[in-house]
Amino acid sequence: MTDYRQILSVEEWTALKLRALYASQGYRQYKMRKFEPYDLYVQNKDFLMDEAVITFTDTDGRLMALKPDVTLSIIKNSRDEDGTQKVYYYENVYRVAKGTQAFKEIMQVGVECFGDITREDLVENLLLAAKSLDEISCDNILEVSHLGVVAGTMESCGLVGGAKKRALVALGEKNVQALKGICAQEGIDEENTSAILSLVVVCGDIDEVFASLDKLAKGDKAKACVAEFKAILLALQEKGVADKIRIDFSLVENVNYYSGLTFKGFVEGIPTSVLAGGEYNNLMKKMKRNARAVGFAVYLDGLAKAEGLS
Amino acid sequence: MKKIINVALPKGRLGEKVYDLFEKAGYPCPSIKEPNRKLVFENEEVGVRYFWVKPSDVAIYVERGAADIGVAGKDILLEYAPDVYELLDLQMGKCWMAVAAKAGFVDDRNRTLTVATKFSNIAKQYYFGQGRDVDIVHLNGSIELAPILGLSDVIVDIVETGATLRENKLEVVEKFVDISARLIANKSSFQFNRQKIEEIRKGLEIQTEKK
Repeated sequence: MTDYRQILSVEEWTALKLRALYASQGYRQYKMRKFEPYDLYVQNKDFLMDEAVITFTDTDGRLMALKPDVTLSIIKNSRDEDGTQKVYYYENVYRVAKGTQAFKEIMQVGVECFGDITREDLVENLLLAAKSLDEISCDNILEVSHLGVVAGTMESCGLVGGAKKRALVALGEKNVQALKGICAQEGIDEENTSAILSLVVVCGDIDEVFASLDKLAKGDKAKACVAEFKAILLALQEKGVADKIRIDFSLVENVNYYSGLTFKGFVEGIPTSVLAGGEYNNLMKKMKRNARAVGFAVYLDGLAKAEGLS
Repeated sequence: MKKIINVALPKGRLGEKVYDLFEKAGYPCPSIKEPNRKLVFENEEVGVRYFWVKPSDVAIYVERGAADIGVAGKDILLEYAPDVYELLDLQMGKCWMAVAAKAGFVDDRNRTLTVATKFSNIAKQYYFGQGRDVDIVHLNGSIELAPILGLSDVIVDIVETGATLRENKLEVVEKFVDISARLIANKSSFQFNRQKIEEIRKGLEIQTEKK
């Protein structure tokens, strides 16, 4: 019998395994065109990783774009239905590669779940992300954060507007000294400064940081988000995946795109994240959809560089 | 086998001072001080491997995972915005990013300001924040020559003591960012080596506070 692993590249082989995994979990494949009307990306540019898009004029004169993002297309082209809709995709996206100022074709596999999203759906999505990482390598870590906890803590401690934006950048860098400087500039007292710095310090395994999460909760919004986050973490512990989970509130990239739960997957030997996802309820609201959503993408383009993935 | 942490150090005087700090923090590698042309030095016992790289390349080595951690100037981090963690200000190599011009220069806001610099992104962001229309001239060295020869109105550059500016009859118009050496870490490496990297960071922090 043909051994397809000898023929397929590591990206192709991983994509096949992931597609089989998602299909086995009841997700149906969502196939789409390579391009969309350019308007879609102009109207939702806040939700794109980068504003640069490859455009061309279609034969009827309409300005079209090669997809820089898959989620926007799925949400735009789907309809509200009762319950939840679960889809997976296997598509190429076209984005500017960091540091090169040149467009790159990136192969992506991912899942989207939208509709009446419950806590169970969020846990299921995280479990599927953990399983996806296992398909790539057994040496993996799923970094998990909750943007509601981060925003709630910052706002209740007095960081709003431009100061909050700068603080999010510093938090994303784990830059304690910069955070201290911003708190000092804003005249934030010692107790609240300490709560904000905890967003960097509270980092580690579920067991290691679970008890510290309550100390972060300042204000009603943060308290509600901490309670939700803790319930999700407990469910992950019950499902037996706690050893691969790291809580890390410095995960604040793409705050325009994600709200609430957010996560990123790393594999030993690959210097960048191979998986990114979270709740994207802001995008649903912007697209006038009466639903919540959660999903993630697996970036396959970096896998070939890593040796000995198991 | 003990996991080795790869450390990218900036070649030159600052790098030697940075290495001394690592040594005092409990991560020595005596062979690094031997007179030779080697670029990689390892101490398996304490679990570190140092290598010298061009200062402006440290962030690239760390971002791309060739090094787990490294020491880079804040100027380089601001200019290239690498996707790395910035774990500690080592309080070394302190200076400022500043705007300088010929003595007596007055900015005429009726016309585009020509700015010569090695730090195009930093200069663009600084003037963008002020809504100032600028023409950026990217140079790779001898920036101070630009206003003297009329190539630019002002320069944006690193100023330490201001001696080079004074000798060329230039003066600081505004200092706008504090610069110093920072300990940076690759985001993926940090997840897999968190304990060890945190130990190194704490050791360096203690030494920095002692100074």
